[in-house]
Amino acid sequence: MDEAQRRQEHFQDEHVTTLHPNYMGVFWWLLALTILELLVGSMPTGPAYPHTAKVLMLVSMAVGKAALVALYFMHLRFEVRTLGIIALTPMILCVFFLFMLMPDSANR
Amino acid sequence: MSQAAAVGHAAVDTYESPLTPESWSKLAMWIFLAGDAMSFGGLLAAYGALRYGSPNWPVPMSVLGIFMTGVMTFLLICSSVTMVKALAAIQDGDSRRMCMFLGLTILGGITFLVMQAFEWTHLIHEGLGLSQNPWGASQFGTTFFMTTGFHGCHVFGGVCYLTTILIQGLRGKYSRTNWSSVETLGLYWHFVDLVWILVFTFVYLV
Repeated sequence: MDEAQRRQEHFQDEHVTTLHPNYMGVFWWLLALTILELLVGSMPTGPAYPHTAKVLMLVSMAVGKAALVALYFMHLRFEVRTLGIIALTPMILCVFFLFMLMPDSANR
Repeated sequence: MSQAAAVGHAAVDTYESPLTPESWSKLAMWIFLAGDAMSFGGLLAAYGALRYGSPNWPVPMSVLGIFMTGVMTFLLICSSVTMVKALAAIQDGDSRRMCMFLGLTILGGITFLVMQAFEWTHLIHEGLGLSQNPWGASQFGTTFFMTTGFHGCHVFGGVCYLTTILIQGLRGKYSRTNWSSVETLGLYWHFVDLVWILVFTFVYLV
């Protein structure tokens, strides 16, 4: 028996029952958001439907889908908070990098 | 070492981890994924910055096949579901069901790669390259191939990883009390799905 198996059995002695989240419910949400994204993305922009509004809606839906995958499929919702901070740190840094690059891009 | 110190040292549970009590590999995978997310974040940030600063950036929806990419996205979402189902199966002690779902996940990954290869071939024939773009800014080709290619490499790596775990599963390595490797694999595969959700939005739809 290797170390990983010993640790897991030790863990499972205290957590006998494994409850599974509603994975199919998450799947239907992801599917619905993907279809909605395709609809929003394919609509032509104009004065009544500005490009900024389209981008905001698409990014919000993408972030929502990513959050569903991280929280339920990757079980982040059921983990300790520190693990969530580890996962969230690169996202915050990336947004920071993007905004740091914007002035440079605008002046090219 | 004094007897008291020796007793005190022995009292420490060497198998205890405050973040992921069930396995160290899970913590290691999370740290790896955090680093990997920075790589993808850098690529997407570069894409955003180049696009923002370019006056003749093509409208992605008009040059890229959105319907096929939508199907690819659907495939990866389905493969994520089969992956969690595989983990749930082995947590319930059903090794055969786990192997079936892992097989379906591999099938989803391979189909995704085939579709991506088809899309790339089509775009290259249209004239899109690493430094050329018939529809406008040349950086479009660079960022498109770098971002989707880097993700494709991750999918290929995931398919190899999945196949390894499936072979071990078929040999009876995993059971109701030993599934941490399947969970760690699942984290990697879901990350690949999560990144594609963002790539799909930023590169294809926005």
